[in-house]
Amino acid sequence: MSEVEFLSWVRGPGFQIAIVIFIAGVIIRFAEILLLGRKTNLAEAKGSEMGGGLRTIVTRSIPDKSTFKRSTFTVIAGYIFHIGLFVTIFLFAPHILLFKDVIGLSWPAVPTAIVDAFAVISIIALLAILVHRMRDNVLKFITTKEDYVVWLLTILPLITGYMAFHRIGMTAPTLLAIHILSVELLLVAFPFTKLMHAFTLVLARWYNGAISGYRGVES
Amino acid sequence: MSASLEKGINALKEQVDSTVAAFFSSCIHCGMCADACLFYTETNEPSRMPINKAEPLRRIWKSEYTLLGRVGKMFGLTAKVDDALLTEWETLVYDSCTLCGRCSMVCPVGNDIALLIRKTREGMAAAGHAPDGLIGATKRAVTIGSPMGVKLPALMAQINHVEKDTGMKIPVDVVGAEYMLLLSSMEIMNFPEFIEATAKIFDKAGVTWTISSEAFEATNSGIQIGVADIAKVLVQRVVDAAEKLKVQTVISPECGHAYMAIRWEGPNLIGKPFSFKVRHILEVLDDFRKDGRLKISGKEGQRLTYHDPCQISRRGGVIDQPRNLINMFADNFVEMPDAGKMNWCCGAGGGVSSNERADEIRLKVFQRKKDQLDEIQPEAIISACSNCRIHLEDGLEEYHMDIPLMSLTETLAEHLAD
Repeated sequence: MSEVEFLSWVRGPGFQIAIVIFIAGVIIRFAEILLLGRKTNLAEAKGSEMGGGLRTIVTRSIPDKSTFKRSTFTVIAGYIFHIGLFVTIFLFAPHILLFKDVIGLSWPAVPTAIVDAFAVISIIALLAILVHRMRDNVLKFITTKEDYVVWLLTILPLITGYMAFHRIGMTAPTLLAIHILSVELLLVAFPFTKLMHAFTLVLARWYNGAISGYRGVES
Repeated sequence: MSASLEKGINALKEQVDSTVAAFFSSCIHCGMCADACLFYTETNEPSRMPINKAEPLRRIWKSEYTLLGRVGKMFGLTAKVDDALLTEWETLVYDSCTLCGRCSMVCPVGNDIALLIRKTREGMAAAGHAPDGLIGATKRAVTIGSPMGVKLPALMAQINHVEKDTGMKIPVDVVGAEYMLLLSSMEIMNFPEFIEATAKIFDKAGVTWTISSEAFEATNSGIQIGVADIAKVLVQRVVDAAEKLKVQTVISPECGHAYMAIRWEGPNLIGKPFSFKVRHILEVLDDFRKDGRLKISGKEGQRLTYHDPCQISRRGGVIDQPRNLINMFADNFVEMPDAGKMNWCCGAGGGVSSNERADEIRLKVFQRKKDQLDEIQPEAIISACSNCRIHLEDGLEEYHMDIPLMSLTETLAEHLAD
């Protein structure tokens, strides 16, 4: 396969396959969760499920003081790479063009130099997270192979994107093709790994907040 | 009840619902729940991190209720639940967790981890992997009516004492009373002052109340051990008595899990809403306060703090009421760091105190409470759970700290104006 063929495959069939698996997978996962259902609470309510659920979806993004103190690294590093991923995925001009192509919507981009900085910071944060995971006693205990695979799938698009943008090491079409392929791998793995938390945390937070809210507690 | 692995696995399957699936789907292995759990922070043993305690339930969810897990199962790739796993997990699920729910407040993706562990216990118990201490307490609760083996004559003897001491009549089996008071065995045997205090307050407040001779026990071992069928039987006893006496409100006493059992799990266990209300004693007292029925004389000058029982505050929603009441008689009330919904557990709730095997660890993790207390140096601690109270006294003695423990209801009664 020539590099042009490689690029046109990842842009065409490869991209389509990845998107189909991603969307179908996410739908299956949501169905798996929601179809299980949940019994109606028969205890007399003291507060609102809806209010509590919606509140926790928002408030759980910010830890309380004592939790922040105890888990400072996890919270800060986590925030950095999530913001970095958001900026690089959604606010980079070429990506916005792609979104416009696929879903028809577009929005203003952030200057490339800024996106570039976010990419570098995210890569550094993810590397620090990896070291933390390999050295911390609790994380060493709880970590599975999947955690490392997901880590790799998350950092690869950042690294390959950075390399493609700066034309490091290979020709431009090959770099771009590798970058797109790395994103496709991420999309395919997404519904079947913990990456899915990006969507299901809304459900989890809602349930947690609803359970507490019903009892009159803000969780 | 004969237990087997098969029954345990079926019990775990029954526990899986959309909340369980959403929670396990969202876990990112960040480790933050460990830092929220005193059984980890005070022992540094990673296996005691909260989410790990729900591993048996997670495996059942993964292998039975996810596409990938089911495919994996066909090829023998999905982790199984067997007796070896449950044996290993018994001390994590029962000895190293009080179901305090602090982890559920901290998890960044919002998992109610304590709920997952509570559900895991259903499978553990059905598979025969519950601790002997809790099995004994549960058997006594079913056959005798109390986990501590307290029978009606023992209660009547305490009631007689109180009546002699105070000259007041303690109403038993009064049909049509407004309130029906439940008691924990601990209160009947160790803190009969609670009965006296309640009688005094209710008399001053001018409300009618009664104790039922058929259902006076508030605690529910079925909830702690994780056997919904037994929990249901124990709840039904209270429901029958309350309906027979035609009371408007059943009062849960100063006991944490008793409130969780009757207030929040009760109607769901018996499968229908109650025809009466359930309130914690602190909620009732705070209502009296709002209605101006409580007249206080004399203030407590010493430095007081309040220990939030987990099932009453964080898991139960009764957080402001104790503070309103304490402020009626306290001049020098101080809050512990993390007080209220983020308070740290005493270390002995959720059946841990009924499980002798956990004696050593519950005293070890008391270090967390000690650190909290050291920061504010109180002269007395008020709480609203007899189990917290007994364990706090144990812990304070173990750590050579001389701080008296007080019941909120009893302290309030002492400050009633004549």
